[in-house]
Amino acid sequence: MRTAATLLAAALLAASPALAGDAALPDGCAACHALEKPTGDALGHVTGRNGPDLHYAGSKFKRDWLVDWLQKPETIRPGGAFFMNAAKPGAPRDVLDPAKLAKHPVLTRAEAEKAADALMAKTAPDLVPPGGAKGEKPNERMAQMSFGKLRGCSACHQATPGEGGVSGPELHSAGRRLQPDFIAAYIRDPQKIDPRVWMPSVAISEPDVQKLTGWLSQRGLAETNQGDAKP
Amino acid sequence: MIRFLLPGAAALLLLAAVPAGAADLTRAARNYDAYCAQCHGVNRDGKGVNTAAMAVQPRDHTDAKGMESLPDDQIFKAIKDGGLGVNKSVLMPAWGSVMSDAEIKDLVAYLRQVCKCGPGR
Repeated sequence: MRTAATLLAAALLAASPALAGDAALPDGCAACHALEKPTGDALGHVTGRNGPDLHYAGSKFKRDWLVDWLQKPETIRPGGAFFMNAAKPGAPRDVLDPAKLAKHPVLTRAEAEKAADALMAKTAPDLVPPGGAKGEKPNERMAQMSFGKLRGCSACHQATPGEGGVSGPELHSAGRRLQPDFIAAYIRDPQKIDPRVWMPSVAISEPDVQKLTGWLSQRGLAETNQGDAKP
Repeated sequence: MIRFLLPGAAALLLLAAVPAGAADLTRAARNYDAYCAQCHGVNRDGKGVNTAAMAVQPRDHTDAKGMESLPDDQIFKAIKDGGLGVNKSVLMPAWGSVMSDAEIKDLVAYLRQVCKCGPGR
């Protein structure tokens, strides 16, 4: 009987791998993150969520970074999940109120490893085609020009700390945090991955996608982020 | 009785919210907060959180004099095709992939409300 129950449980887990994966995540993740693809009012979703969607986390993040970050969470979005929730009028310009930023729970190394494994199982090849990044060698000068003057990415993102806009996630740690295929897919069509988000899909040539991807994929790689909260 | 009244009441409320043919300014304000305010500011005055390092400062939408010099179709094109579409800065993105033409049209009407001005006066 016990064997039959074990077999049944194993069969159920095998039949629904997503459920098995999400069940390994700490309680509370789903309160702020979409673990399944959202449906309905897309604008309401992106402006109402408290953290980025994780239903494609396995196609987005690097596992080592996840393990480190979950033990020592640092701000990635200076204005939080939706900048308007933290923005207030100021002089000479609007300011972000750090008190409005939600604090991410700190996990132990064991919890972080388990959560990272569960998140890495959540792949979405329909949104992030494997092999989309061609591993182009970065050309610092050309890429910086593309990121700034030519494409205007710097209006919302910082590829160097303190330089650029703050309504989008920082990209100076993009190379440690993000898979190159995700970077390429998101530049190509952010609205496909994150419908109604405040980054439009624009006409950009594939060579330019690869130039930016090759450069961003190297951002922060030289740094290390060894968490202090190891057991 | 209530069951029969409610759908009618809901329909009346909807009609009251957006008269036929009128711009949906509530939806436009919501879109402004999501897409425009990051650069054009919480108060719509061009002082958004992203503007610190910008070589070209975003337009102040409360500036009646500056705004009334712009025809509606040029504002529509600037939102849909971005700054480059109207020979302005690349820092103004093209929002045509995010908002429908109807939403952008509502946004133009909303901007007229914000600037308290009309085109070409």
